[in-house]
Amino acid sequence: MSSQAVQTKNPISLWTILLTFLKVGAFTFGGGYAILPVIQRIVVEERRWVSQGDFSDILIITQGMPGQLALNSSIQIGIRLRGTAGGAVAALGVTLPSVAILLAIAAYLYPLVRDNIYVQAIFYGIRPAVVGLIVIAAVKMGRNILHGWKGIILCVLLLAAAVISGAHPILILISGGLIGLLVNKRKGEST
Amino acid sequence: MEVILLSLYWSFFKVGFFTIGGGYAMIPLMEAEVIKTHGWLTSSEFLDIIAVAEMTPGPISINAATFIGYTTAGLAGSLIASLGVISPSLILLLLLSRFLTGLIQTPGAKNFLMGLRSALIALILLASFTLGQTAITDYSTALIFALILAGGLATKFNPLYFIAAGAVLGLLLFPY
Repeated sequence: MSSQAVQTKNPISLWTILLTFLKVGAFTFGGGYAILPVIQRIVVEERRWVSQGDFSDILIITQGMPGQLALNSSIQIGIRLRGTAGGAVAALGVTLPSVAILLAIAAYLYPLVRDNIYVQAIFYGIRPAVVGLIVIAAVKMGRNILHGWKGIILCVLLLAAAVISGAHPILILISGGLIGLLVNKRKGEST
Repeated sequence: MEVILLSLYWSFFKVGFFTIGGGYAMIPLMEAEVIKTHGWLTSSEFLDIIAVAEMTPGPISINAATFIGYTTAGLAGSLIASLGVISPSLILLLLLSRFLTGLIQTPGAKNFLMGLRSALIALILLASFTLGQTAITDYSTALIFALILAGGLATKFNPLYFIAAGAVLGLLLFPY
């Protein structure tokens, strides 16, 4: 029993792809790194649509490109199964539950509870908690990404530049990328 | 109306395009576009939406796009904003997949991404500072922030638990 994906002669139906990714979109909380293990379990272990190796390749591309992790990996799996149509259907499946649920909250729930004193108390406590979560996310990303002084110095310099100039984040991101390109090229081989 | 829809689409397209690595990477862009440039939300509403997005299924920036789109321009707004945030992924993967796969694996792209991620961390820290100014307004909220930060750095619990803890502490400490 190899874990290689079995490419059957009968292609997987678009309907099956849609239902599978609807399930992924509807039952995974928290986005990004919480969703990826779920996709892996369903697509690699349960359905054997792609091999573990292929899934790892998909993750490498997912993390290096723009967009949501769950969305990008779903689209790539859809493409491998049924080409462009498969990718589009996978995107629809993983997105639709979020849109439907948030639409219901924005249209019905939020206006209903917004002015309730207890709801206000809850969000009074949740807001500083979310700020905490954002700092934690930055620290954890830093631990994974900023290897060595080069990365840390660049991070501090860009932080100073962002504070002083007030430049749009897109400018800071592109500057960071270009500096990374120049600094690492000059020093020759770098992994 | 059409103008609002167009600027919703374009703003969320930018958010989607520069959310590299997913999740909270969208926060600096969202803050710049949605709060500062267009004033579609206040900082505290933005924090509320991140919390709601964490509590509901699905990718965070799609959740946020749907919610902000709805509050800004109704049903059409929510669909357009969601389409905007997923458009970069659709375009890059469905149309430019082969080109992209080759490009990401070049050494140049790796170096570029390394620098970009340093920038991203700087921007997320900066965003947490400005958002913190609206969320941390007294001793109680400062305490909640400190507790969650310490808990999150020391443990590996799902963010959902920390939001629940924030909610309970909020109910207890709110100056009714």
